[in-house]
Amino acid sequence: MNAPLTVEQLLPELDHTHLDWLEEEAIFILRETVAAFERPALLFSGGKDSCVVLRLAEKAFKTRGADGEFKGRLPFPLLHVDTGHNFPEVIEFRDRRVAEMGERLVVGHLEDSIKRGTVRLAHPLESRNGHQTVALLEAIEEHRFDVLLGGARRDEEKARAKERIFSHRDSFGQWQPKEQRPELWTLFNTRIKPGEHMRAFPISNWTELDVWLYLARENIPLPSLYFAHQRQVIRRKGLLVPLTEVTPPQAGETIETAEVRFRTVGDMTCTCPVESPAANATDIVAETLKVTVSERGATRMDDRTSDASMERRKKEGYF
Amino acid sequence: MTATQAAASAVKDHRALRFLTAGSVDDGKSTLIGRLLFDSRAILADQLDTLEKRAAGAPIDLSLLTDGLEAEREQGITIDVAYRYFATKQRKFIIADAPGHEQYTRNMVTAAAGSDAAVVLVDITKIDVNAKPVVLLPQTRRHALLAHLLRVPSIVFAVNKLDAVADPETAFNTTREALLAFAAHAGIEVAGIIPVSALRGDNVTQPLDAAWYDGPSLLQVLESLPTLQERKDGDLLLPVQYVAREGEGTGNQPRTLWGRIAHGQVKAGDSVQLFPSGQQAVVAEVRLAGSVVDAASAGQSAGVVLDRQLDVSRGDWIGTPGTIEETQRFSATLAWLDTEAAVVGRKYWVRHGNRWVQARISSIESRLDIHTLETIDAHELAVNEIGHVIIETQQPLPVEAYDQNRVGGSLIIVDPTSNRTSGALLVKGAA
Repeated sequence: MNAPLTVEQLLPELDHTHLDWLEEEAIFILRETVAAFERPALLFSGGKDSCVVLRLAEKAFKTRGADGEFKGRLPFPLLHVDTGHNFPEVIEFRDRRVAEMGERLVVGHLEDSIKRGTVRLAHPLESRNGHQTVALLEAIEEHRFDVLLGGARRDEEKARAKERIFSHRDSFGQWQPKEQRPELWTLFNTRIKPGEHMRAFPISNWTELDVWLYLARENIPLPSLYFAHQRQVIRRKGLLVPLTEVTPPQAGETIETAEVRFRTVGDMTCTCPVESPAANATDIVAETLKVTVSERGATRMDDRTSDASMERRKKEGYF
Repeated sequence: MTATQAAASAVKDHRALRFLTAGSVDDGKSTLIGRLLFDSRAILADQLDTLEKRAAGAPIDLSLLTDGLEAEREQGITIDVAYRYFATKQRKFIIADAPGHEQYTRNMVTAAAGSDAAVVLVDITKIDVNAKPVVLLPQTRRHALLAHLLRVPSIVFAVNKLDAVADPETAFNTTREALLAFAAHAGIEVAGIIPVSALRGDNVTQPLDAAWYDGPSLLQVLESLPTLQERKDGDLLLPVQYVAREGEGTGNQPRTLWGRIAHGQVKAGDSVQLFPSGQQAVVAEVRLAGSVVDAASAGQSAGVVLDRQLDVSRGDWIGTPGTIEETQRFSATLAWLDTEAAVVGRKYWVRHGNRWVQARISSIESRLDIHTLETIDAHELAVNEIGHVIIETQQPLPVEAYDQNRVGGSLIIVDPTSNRTSGALLVKGAA
């Protein structure tokens, strides 16, 4: 068998050195977050963007031995909001990575919010994606986190294109798009009042392609469902809906098996895979260069409901 | 490439070029940005889908690609800076898309603060080429002057709507003369004056097919512009951002002082002085992203380990001994960003480097006419106004002139009650 092709061989005309600059900027923001706040946490879902932020955090806060292994511990816990409808492969990956790295994981369970009555589902199979916000804000309150590091990128969606690197949330966890603080140079205004918090986005300036180039270059482990696999799906309104216990077929729909991979990983009720034979990060880089459908449009049922759905969710305190 | 080499090669000239686009509502700015994104294939099928739906059969409107929040669509104007991304084979670009209305000067200031270049849109259809002398629009002058005031290194004029004038050659050449005369008068160095039609796509990414113009396309100019580089030689200045507490309590682990170098470089064996304590030490080790390196220079986030235990915290500075000058009183240009006007004598928070101190505006000396940069006698500054002020701080700060160094020369003012970012200060010098 031949050695796998490197990104450089595959795409000789593309310059990858800008990744060093993006990395430096992200590490700078990570250190700023830890230095300026008292109780930070890093949102870690097992998704590829949070895997990138996790690696950047290792580079920012750990020392690297001669063997290339990182030593030490991150100065904050990881936080995951589990909707109870996550893909099992992703939860398994999350727990394995946390154990391997020896980090502390805090899980906010949407099920607990449902039991408490702070989340009411309209019907048992309603998408839990929007309800995550409640569980997230409850976890913030319980653990008194004053800043959450997240892997959101400005290229994902137009409401995010206007997001600050340090983004203020009021005491209800809400984002006020018209009240955003001007962000000048790297003089971040990290001042908040008790009960308020901030979100910090170290990879704001990365695109989906940058993320995949970095995942490939750094050999960052990812959940298996990011790569091509056989899966039972249902074709619905131009999307491939994965067959799961919470997304059963509707009357008249047929189930088929396709070779697919996920481009984003979220709640099972709203995350769809795309057909692809890409088996590793390098293949995905090549595919991403040719891609003609944006990440959220191809894969997120929740963003399709309206042109402004993300903006509305963000205002309520979403990631 | 080893991790160390990779880290050491960081922040050379493969940074993305950050540029701001400045134009008023009708200058065709959104169409120009839409064109750059469209031609560089940064627009994806579902986004085009949305546009096609909205066009309902008519040709799609590229300006809608940069359309923002629901709140903005309701008002039909953009009210905040949006960031857009595209890449060519040459480099990665970040566009800071600033609304151009005078009322949103604060957004232009925000977008200009971190930019390597400014593209100022000029609507050629609004210029009377027969007038003697040709008069530029007030917003063109305002946008260029603000970019110049913020010391954006390269200023490019994109002369747009070439498709909408009968004699583009004469119209462009006349406009070009007027822009050059204005720039010379204002002391602005012009990086390019480029004729374009964003609507047709002429000379944005594709060269202009016209006998009268053989210069570069807008994209070619953007690909060739330098990114902002801080001085890498001479004395060191490093604001301490984060003190790593690894091994704390073990008694023998040295602490690493992390910070992005403002200017100069640092290597093991260098003597350094700390501000404000004045204590001196020798650099024992320099790190980049977790690995030990020989040296680090301006623009890199370095970790400095000293040869002795000193009391150092976030907000302190590390510099070449004898080079840090401190002051508690300095003159500065103040861009006021808050809807609540600046109050002389009130205590505000200011952030300089990584240090927060209390400060007050001891006097407002004058206000700038943002259309001419001429000073007007004034003792008040309201939102979107820019003036000259004297600042007094509760503790001494090692400020430098903004012209010489961005890191040492910039501060933000924060309202202590609302925590809003109320102003941006560009230091002129000690007062």
